[in-house]
Amino acid sequence: MQRVVILGGGVGGTLTANLVARKLKARIAKGEAKVTVIDESGSHAYQPGYMYIAMGNERPEKLLRRERSLLDGNVELVIDTIERIDVEGSRVQLRSGDSLHYDQLVIATGSRIVPEAIEHFDTEAYHFYSAAAAAKLRKALDAFTGGKIVIGIAGIPYKCPPAPLEVAFLVESELRERGLRDKTELQFLSPINRAFTIESVSEMATPIFEEKGIDLQLLAGIDSIDAARKVVITDAMEEYPYDLLICVPPHKGAQVLTDSGLAPRSGWVPTDRHTLQVKKMAAPGTKDEDVERYPNIYALGDTTDLPLSKAGSTAHFEAPVVAERVAAAVLRRKPSGKHALYTGKVMCFFEVGDGKGTLLSFDYDHPPKPPKPNQLWHLGKIVFNKTYWQTVPKGRV
Amino acid sequence: MAATISRTIDARGSFCPGPLMELIRAIKESEVGDTVAVWSADKGSKIDIPKWVEKAGHTLVSVEAKDGYDEIVVTKAR
Repeated sequence: MQRVVILGGGVGGTLTANLVARKLKARIAKGEAKVTVIDESGSHAYQPGYMYIAMGNERPEKLLRRERSLLDGNVELVIDTIERIDVEGSRVQLRSGDSLHYDQLVIATGSRIVPEAIEHFDTEAYHFYSAAAAAKLRKALDAFTGGKIVIGIAGIPYKCPPAPLEVAFLVESELRERGLRDKTELQFLSPINRAFTIESVSEMATPIFEEKGIDLQLLAGIDSIDAARKVVITDAMEEYPYDLLICVPPHKGAQVLTDSGLAPRSGWVPTDRHTLQVKKMAAPGTKDEDVERYPNIYALGDTTDLPLSKAGSTAHFEAPVVAERVAAAVLRRKPSGKHALYTGKVMCFFEVGDGKGTLLSFDYDHPPKPPKPNQLWHLGKIVFNKTYWQTVPKGRV
Repeated sequence: MAATISRTIDARGSFCPGPLMELIRAIKESEVGDTVAVWSADKGSKIDIPKWVEKAGHTLVSVEAKDGYDEIVVTKAR
């Protein structure tokens, strides 16, 4: 019996499980293989929808499904918390006391927000990285009657890199519609030396900030909040006063990965950019080709340390590669076809407000060339969001 | 007189903005007067890091091309 264990029931874990189950259907039927997903909550959230809760266009209950309903019937689902991964013994220890042996392990535990890393974040800053936080931001926007809104980022990497820019553009549109724009000063604090990490996207987005009259400040990552004076302090020790603060909270990988020796303190798992195999922790400066790979452990999605967007789209395009490589190992053949190696493909929509959007499509070798924003790409994003449950987790797109 | 480097960050495996973020973290953890060196193979670092250093009011000691990477040395000034 070959056992495939997948940690996490998000986009990456769910899609990988379904694709592996499909590839190993005959083996599973004969009792020679088993695919198991371990998920802490048993619920699957469509996280890109949170931003739309904040913008007043989505309801939280529409963004949650039972994980079981999204999994192939041949995939076993275990709802439990992962306590430790024992790579020497090839076992996953669970909080319930159970432990699962694996022959192939897939880590798709994603990222988590750590707002508590910044003092006063919870009381001063609004965000849209959970359904509850997005609903709270909506209430704050509803109550807003004018003043200064600061939108910023407290640490890189974070989930869905375009999201804070999208929120800035959407909030600006909303304020104009509500007749509050001339009573509002909008400021966007970018932690890097341009509006967005990818240069071509930055070149597309920078004029939009100008057109919308949003003051773009560079090299202004949010480091701390002075609640009494209502100012944010950046890592360059500059101060920006606010009346309403919207801030992307700091992010980290799963603590269990650090505790199990698979990731550094940040929690992001060192991962091979093409095979998606997990790399053993190595001293800084070790040449990449000299770092040993675990032959039977893979990571995908937000979990990895790859220089890619932490977004469902990344996991979506990585999952077929992990599934091919895991199935090939179980079937004792070489990975083959177009999913033998990952090329860095990511594709995501980008809202610019006023009912318009654009598309970012890129891979390791080809940076995105976003088309001029139009209504079509905005509608594309809406349709994708509505059809997600029938398409992505089931491997239909 | 050359500054004594108290900490070296090897960010050669990291892509933009990784080296800048690593330097910001190291400066935050350092004492005023400490000197930090960052090694980066990302060509954007030698532009972005000096800009951040100037903005933050620290001291740029040197930017030197090494074998396949740049060494940027910064002293924490405040």
